[in-house]
Amino acid sequence: MLTLHDVQAGYGRTTILHGIHVEVRAGEVVTIVGANGAGKTTTLRTVAGLVRPTAGRITFEGEEIGHLPPHEVVARGITLIPEGRQLFPFMSVRDNLRMGAYTPHARDRMRQTMDEVLDLFPRVREKLEQHAGSLSGGEQQMVAIARGMMARPKLLMFDEPSLGLAPIIVSQVFDVVERIVQTGVTVLLVEQNVFRTLSIADRGYVLENGAIVMNDSGAALLRDDHVRRAYLGI
Amino acid sequence: MDTFVQLVINGLMLGGLFAIISVGLTLIFGIIRLVNFAHGELLMVGMYLTWLGTTQLGLHPYVLAPPVVLALFVVGLLIQRFILQPLLDARDAHVQIFATVGLSTALINLALLVFGADLYATPSSGVRDSIALGPYRILVGQLVMFVCGIAVVAALHLFMERSYLGRAIRATAQHRAAAQLMGVDVKRIYMVTFGIGAACVGLAAVLVAPIYPASPTVGTYFVLTAFVVVVLGGMGSLHGAFIGALIIGLVDSLSGFYIAPDLKEVVIFGLFITILLLRPTGLFGLGRGSE
Repeated sequence: MLTLHDVQAGYGRTTILHGIHVEVRAGEVVTIVGANGAGKTTTLRTVAGLVRPTAGRITFEGEEIGHLPPHEVVARGITLIPEGRQLFPFMSVRDNLRMGAYTPHARDRMRQTMDEVLDLFPRVREKLEQHAGSLSGGEQQMVAIARGMMARPKLLMFDEPSLGLAPIIVSQVFDVVERIVQTGVTVLLVEQNVFRTLSIADRGYVLENGAIVMNDSGAALLRDDHVRRAYLGI
Repeated sequence: MDTFVQLVINGLMLGGLFAIISVGLTLIFGIIRLVNFAHGELLMVGMYLTWLGTTQLGLHPYVLAPPVVLALFVVGLLIQRFILQPLLDARDAHVQIFATVGLSTALINLALLVFGADLYATPSSGVRDSIALGPYRILVGQLVMFVCGIAVVAALHLFMERSYLGRAIRATAQHRAAAQLMGVDVKRIYMVTFGIGAACVGLAAVLVAPIYPASPTVGTYFVLTAFVVVVLGGMGSLHGAFIGALIIGLVDSLSGFYIAPDLKEVVIFGLFITILLLRPTGLFGLGRGSE
C-alpha cells in the first residue's frame, strides 16, 4: 500500500533520514520505534508531504506521491494525526471535526462519518460545542484522533498519540487505537510507549540515527535482546 | 443639540465606509499575518476604474460595483500569487511587508504616469442628493455607504462561520500546518483571502469616488485612518473593525466640528497612540499567543 524506497529527507542542510526502506501493506498495523531524534516524526511528515524527500521514492497504491503537497496527499487517503494534537483552538470541537472532513471525498459523507466517529468517541460527543482549546490534554488527543478519522483515510498515521498524557489517559488512547484498527483502517504508528505499541503491531521497524536497523514482526521485536535493552529497559 | 445629532449621523455614515476598507485590511492581517501597505493604492485603482466607467461608458457609479469589485478581487489574487507567495518562504517575514510598500509606491507612480497629478471627479449622479429626516439631512451616498458597511461585515461574518471555505480560512489562521494536514491548500486560501480583502476595498472605491475625487495619493488618507480602526478594533477581528470604524467615524465627525477641521487627524492619531500605549491588543484583540 505504502512504500518508502531509499528515502532521504531533512530540514535545510541537515539530513535526518539517510535512505530508509519502509513498507506498509493494506490492513496492517506497522510501527516505527526509535529514540528521540532518530527521525520517526520526520518519516511521517515526509509521507504527509510536509517535508519534501531529497532522494528516494514514496509510492502509495502504486503511485509516486513524494512530490505532492500535503493537501494532495490527504486527498489520496493518507491522514496524519500530528504530534502535539494541533487542534484549531478557537474553533468548536464540531468545527474541528468538520475541518477533518475537508477533502471533497470526505465532505460528501460528512454526516455519516460524524455519527460513526462519535460512536467511537462518546466523550467527544459531549464536548461538541466547546472550544477545542478549552479541553484537557487527553480530551484534545481524542478530538485530534476523531478529526483524523473524519477524513475517512485508507492509511492513518499516528505521531506520538500518548505523549504528555497521564498514564490512565495513555491507556485510553491505546484502547481507541485498537478499536480503530478493528475497523479495518491501515495504521502506521510512531509511539514512545514501545511495549504497548509492539504488542498491537503486526510489524515494526527500529529507526536509529535516520536509518532502519531492524524490521520484524511486533512479537519478534518484543523478544529481541537489542530492543529489550535499548527501548524497554529490560 | 441638532448640530450634535447631525454630526453623529455623519460620523456613523462615514464609519460605514471605514468599516468596508478596514475589514479587508484586518482580514488580510488576521489570516495571512501580513500588513498590507498597498491597501490604499488598491482603493486608488478602484476609484480610477470607477471614474473610467462613469465617464467613458456613461454608467452610474453604483452600477459599476460588481465589475470593479470583481476586478479588484482578481487583482488581489494576482498580487498574492505573483508578488507575495514567492516570498512566503523567505527567511525574514518582513520581506512580504516591504513588498507591499514597494507595490504601493509602484502603483502611485503608475497612476502619476497614466493620469498625472490632477484630480479626477467621478460624476455624482444623485449620490450627493440629500434625504431629509426631520431636522436632519443624510446624503444618499452616505446612507449607501453605511448600509453597505453593515452588509459587508455581516456577509463576511456569515461566510467565515458557515461556509467550508470560510472555516478553512479560519483554520489556516489558527494553525497553518494542521490546516494543511486536513487537506487545505494554504496557498489557495491566501490568494482567496487577499482577493476578498481587495474586493472589499473595490466596493469602498465605488462608494467613495462620487464624493471624493481620485488622485494618485488618495488612498493614503483613507487607509491611514483604516489602520487606526484596525488597531482600535483589535488586529484581525472583523467585528472589532466594524465597531472601531463607527467609533473613528464619530471621532472624525465630532472633532472636525468641535475642535477644528484641520486638527481632526491629530485627534485620530492621538487616539491611535493612546490605544497602542494602553491596550495594544485593541477592543476585540485576541492578545498574545493567539496563533
